[in-house]
Amino acid sequence: MNKRTFIFKNRPEVISASSAVGKKEGQGPMKSWFDMISDDDTFGQKTWEKAESYMLKTTVEDAIKKAGKTKDEIDILLSGDLLNQIMSSSFMARDVQIPFIGLYGACSTMTESLMLAGVLTDGGYCDTAVSCASSHFCTAERQFRLPLEHGHQKPPSAQSTVTGAGAMVISGIKSNKCNNKPDAFQVKTREGNRVVITAATAGKVFDPGIRDSNEMGAAMAPAAVDLILAHLSGTGRTFDDYDMIVTGDLGFTGKAVAADILGQAGVTKEQIEKKFVDCGTLIYDKADGFESGGSGCGCSASVFSGYVYKMLQNGRLKRVLMLSTGAMLSTISPFQGETIPGIAHGVELESEGDL
Amino acid sequence: MNDNDKKKKREAKAYEKYVKNFTPKPHYTMNILKAFIVGGSLCTAAMYVQNVLTETGVSKEMAGNYVTVGIVMLAQLLTGLGLFDSIGKFAGAGVIVPISGFANAMVSTAIEYKKEGPVLGVGGKMFTVAGPVLVCGISASAVIGIIYWVIGVTG
Repeated sequence: MNKRTFIFKNRPEVISASSAVGKKEGQGPMKSWFDMISDDDTFGQKTWEKAESYMLKTTVEDAIKKAGKTKDEIDILLSGDLLNQIMSSSFMARDVQIPFIGLYGACSTMTESLMLAGVLTDGGYCDTAVSCASSHFCTAERQFRLPLEHGHQKPPSAQSTVTGAGAMVISGIKSNKCNNKPDAFQVKTREGNRVVITAATAGKVFDPGIRDSNEMGAAMAPAAVDLILAHLSGTGRTFDDYDMIVTGDLGFTGKAVAADILGQAGVTKEQIEKKFVDCGTLIYDKADGFESGGSGCGCSASVFSGYVYKMLQNGRLKRVLMLSTGAMLSTISPFQGETIPGIAHGVELESEGDL
Repeated sequence: MNDNDKKKKREAKAYEKYVKNFTPKPHYTMNILKAFIVGGSLCTAAMYVQNVLTETGVSKEMAGNYVTVGIVMLAQLLTGLGLFDSIGKFAGAGVIVPISGFANAMVSTAIEYKKEGPVLGVGGKMFTVAGPVLVCGISASAVIGIIYWVIGVTG
């Protein structure tokens, strides 16, 4: 067993999750799974950065409420985003007043924070932790690319940053769901399964040498495949043992590349087709002009907290490996001739029937 | 460059080639056609206005200036109304290459950084997109001017 994979002996539970997305994402195929959809991408705020921060805060507060807890009962808040100095997360933490650890893993932040929340709660250092991440199209666009009103064409391989946020509340205490306060949501979850974190694998930074920042999916694909294979060897499982292996934001191109490399590594085609999915390819309607799918922390954060979590809760998925993928470029690195390195962190979730 | 770097570069090239199999290609023919039609119509319309102006007695040079100012103002207005980005997405080089693209680059950055204040926001960031074009354009014109002068002196 290699040391990259953490096996959580106490199996900390994800007691609640919440997701929020913007207008375009709310019109996509995942719309019925999201908890909150805003018609207005400004979320009623004055700047885009404030909007992203507000969106993140809303999901955190909603997740805590759904867990039947108050802010004082949360021991630690793990959060990150794409902006310089993780502005959205820090300013959200200023408002919620929960002990805060800021993270940066580019678009891999959701599983990075989930993995650390698992470590802290499984080790008994914290009883309850919140892990979350966000991204916003308009903030990412102005930081990494061009002004919104600038008229230009994007190549079809360019992905679109998702306006979205996701938050999960993780508890190390074996809970009895029936003791929770009986509000509308709790009645629903009491019948649902427990969702537990069983293992996690930390990723290495892989650089396949891609220079074009419109090909981030391809830049991240080798890191994603490496993580999947490392996790399988670390846990001693095979592809068969999972109902779904879901990557963060490889997009259509990156997913095709990753699927091909997985095929070369010996995974059969049917298994890849049946079980290998990517949040970036799920979130938008392809006919809506999103030819290459979505990207950003919010892409995996909202789909994991919305779709995957609920599918585990209702028992339609039993075991899932979630891996958010990140492109570790900065705003200046491409101008210094650097290539785009990729990373992926994996977290394994299981659905446990309420006994 | 040592052997290790060379090997890395070779691998990167091979990977790039491999990834090309999965990457959708831009629709070059359609994009060129759209750029030609939109850009061509824009220039024809501008030429028409210029001809009308010269016929009414405006000097040729002044008529050219009026038309240029007109296109800049129109592009600025469309950017402010939030329409230029859609036009740019459709027409590509057709509206970026004429002076309308330059006007859009200035106004879109000004709008984008309005929240950071009028001096350090708008003033400081307004040239982030157009600035490099200005510097390169002016430098190139200076170089060509020198070449022109040398040819004039020696020829």
